Amino acid sequence: MEIEPVDVSKVCIFPDQGVDRIEGEAIEALKSSCGVPYPDKTEWLTEQAGKGSLLLTTVDAMLSWARRASLWPVICFPACCAFEFVTAEASRFDMSRFGMEIVRASPRQADLLITAGTLTWKMAPQVKRIYDQMAEPKWVIAMGSCGISGGIFQSSYNVVPGYRCLFPVDVYVPGCPPRPEALIYGIQMLHKKISKGTLKQG
Amino acid sequence: MTIALPVTEVTSKLNKELDAGIIDAKDNTILVKSGSLKELISFLKNTPGLDFDYLTDITSVDYWDYFELVYQLTSIKNNHKLTVKTRLAGRENITASSIVSIYKGADLQEREIHDLMGITFEGHPNMKPLILWEGFKGYPLRKDYL
Repeated sequence: MEIEPVDVSKVCIFPDQGVDRIEGEAIEALKSSCGVPYPDKTEWLTEQAGKGSLLLTTVDAMLSWARRASLWPVICFPACCAFEFVTAEASRFDMSRFGMEIVRASPRQADLLITAGTLTWKMAPQVKRIYDQMAEPKWVIAMGSCGISGGIFQSSYNVVPGYRCLFPVDVYVPGCPPRPEALIYGIQMLHKKISKGTLKQG
Repeated sequence: MTIALPVTEVTSKLNKELDAGIIDAKDNTILVKSGSLKELISFLKNTPGLDFDYLTDITSVDYWDYFELVYQLTSIKNNHKLTVKTRLAGRENITASSIVSIYKGADLQEREIHDLMGITFEGHPNMKPLILWEGFKGYPLRKDYL
């Protein structure tokens, strides 16, 4: 039986080969540069708020109140923890009580990165780019087991073993996925951290 | 529900009209030589009465000694299904013939198998990584991958 020839170049769309090569090189470069995870800063846990000169203390208190009362998260939801985040945003748990009802699509308007889900190496350059594009001061919450350490995919060939390989993380929220209450507790911990910050630290 | 086609009926038809290279046929599964796979699938698609017009899935299995490709075909017109298998020996530079010219839906599945199992499909117009990235070393779904 004769097979009908089909001109596949007319029915399928093939992107330029160079795009794939550049993408592969970027992933390999990022993978080789992410050997040692960023260390966790834990000093703030025992630190007392309101140290320093009187004037700066007042300014600091004002500034950190303004910062923590309007944390705007950026959209970075690679996997299933996103649904818990959505639930936390929705009316039952209502995250807008903490001044963060707006989830920004642009990293330039956001100052909190909630990393809700498993991150693969193929997606890692984009997430790293989102973090780099966020304006200072910025904070990161690693949400869920995969965000903390890679979770059950830790030894997989294509999963980043925790977001702290890419950038420093402020608060870890464990769970698979964490309940919305857990996420809100994590955000409250971040509020505590921000309230201890000073103008000098940025 | 889709009915599995009696395999004896198909094989008698195949042997009558085509030198199909059938090695084994039982349990609604036909095992064929890899060389005649493309011809056989084309026959299954285009013969009236069989009309396998829908490719459900392509899978590959690593059995250490050989790789097995599993093609699951369905006829929406006649509401029956059939499984075609073929075996590829060796572990390096394994090739099979592509069926993209018969079923367009085989495109992504063959690329996925190429990514994860390291089987190259000859005649595929765009045999490059689909899931993994350019420059990834090794084939992750093989049994000897770490």
